[in-house]
Amino acid sequence: MLESWKKMLCRNRKLFITLAVFFVLLSSPLPAHAMHIMEGFLPLKWCLFWGVLTIPFLIVGFRSISKTIDKNPDVKMLLGVAAAFAFVLSALKIPSVTGSCSHPTGVGLGAILFGPTAMSVLGCIVLLFQALLLAHGGLSPLGANTFSMAVIGPFVAYFVYKLCQKLNTPTWLGVFLAAALGNLLTYVVTSFQLAMAFPAEAGGFAASLVKFMGIFAVTQIPLAISEGLLTVVLFNLLTVHNKRELEELSVIPSPAKEVR
Amino acid sequence: MRTKNIILIALVVLLAVFPLLIHKGAEFGGADGEAEEAITELHPEYEPWLESFWEPPSGEIESLLFALQAAIGAGFIGYYLGFVKGRKESEKEKGSVAGEAGLSKS
Repeated sequence: MLESWKKMLCRNRKLFITLAVFFVLLSSPLPAHAMHIMEGFLPLKWCLFWGVLTIPFLIVGFRSISKTIDKNPDVKMLLGVAAAFAFVLSALKIPSVTGSCSHPTGVGLGAILFGPTAMSVLGCIVLLFQALLLAHGGLSPLGANTFSMAVIGPFVAYFVYKLCQKLNTPTWLGVFLAAALGNLLTYVVTSFQLAMAFPAEAGGFAASLVKFMGIFAVTQIPLAISEGLLTVVLFNLLTVHNKRELEELSVIPSPAKEVR
Repeated sequence: MRTKNIILIALVVLLAVFPLLIHKGAEFGGADGEAEEAITELHPEYEPWLESFWEPPSGEIESLLFALQAAIGAGFIGYYLGFVKGRKESEKEKGSVAGEAGLSKS
């Protein structure tokens, strides 16, 4: 057990250092600001609660990534693509029908390719970058934001994709629904998190939830659709040019079915 | 596949432009800013207990960083797609020395 941990740490030193820095920052309440929850706007006890809840997913994700790379060293670059996709999409603040802006998350693709917990790690790194350099999100709510965007989002995406595969829907539909619902649910969770921390004086949790859902979730609907479409675009390109690796990761069935 | 992808991207653009048309006067601020307001409304006594220790000094610098973020990500994705496309084509070339007809297709 210890040996395998050691081996894993050596192999992924860079990733480990990134995570170590993250935990150090998390434990020392340095100040930072957020489509996610903003710095200082989540009471400390909730920051800790979501942070602690998120840590196991990061640990499992870390191990899952090193297992995947062990098995298929070739897919390292594809892993980079998953991270890069989340990176690009979370930089795109897009106007929405509510008259405000929000951004996609880009975690659905990676969840489909590498499983949900691998995306927890990558999503957390993206959030950390935005918290540190862009005052977007924040360090204190990093646990909460990671939980919504990099735990719930990818899990929803992953299971929606698997379900669609079981139901034999066309691959593109599975990818679309997975990415779109993963995105939408991320912000539903953000709304829950804020409503739990800030129940309304009149109406309590439920009234707050409606309010935050109105802000986050409704804004997010068209963006979820956009994210679904963009994920299908990239997925199409990957299937055309790199079917073999997708089959190795058992993303698509091995004697390849027709994918559009 | 190329036409399909172009249609999909066009749909994304439409989805982004449509709100601009129906809300001509809207501010299009961030949803997070609105959440801040909602919190202040729900709990007027709540004081944010932390401040960002570094904020981009201006909107320009913030957009620089966002553009950089998108450029790095998109650059890598483009590099990767070019890489796998080239790899696939060279494999095809090796595989079909006899039948060169298939090459001109893509």
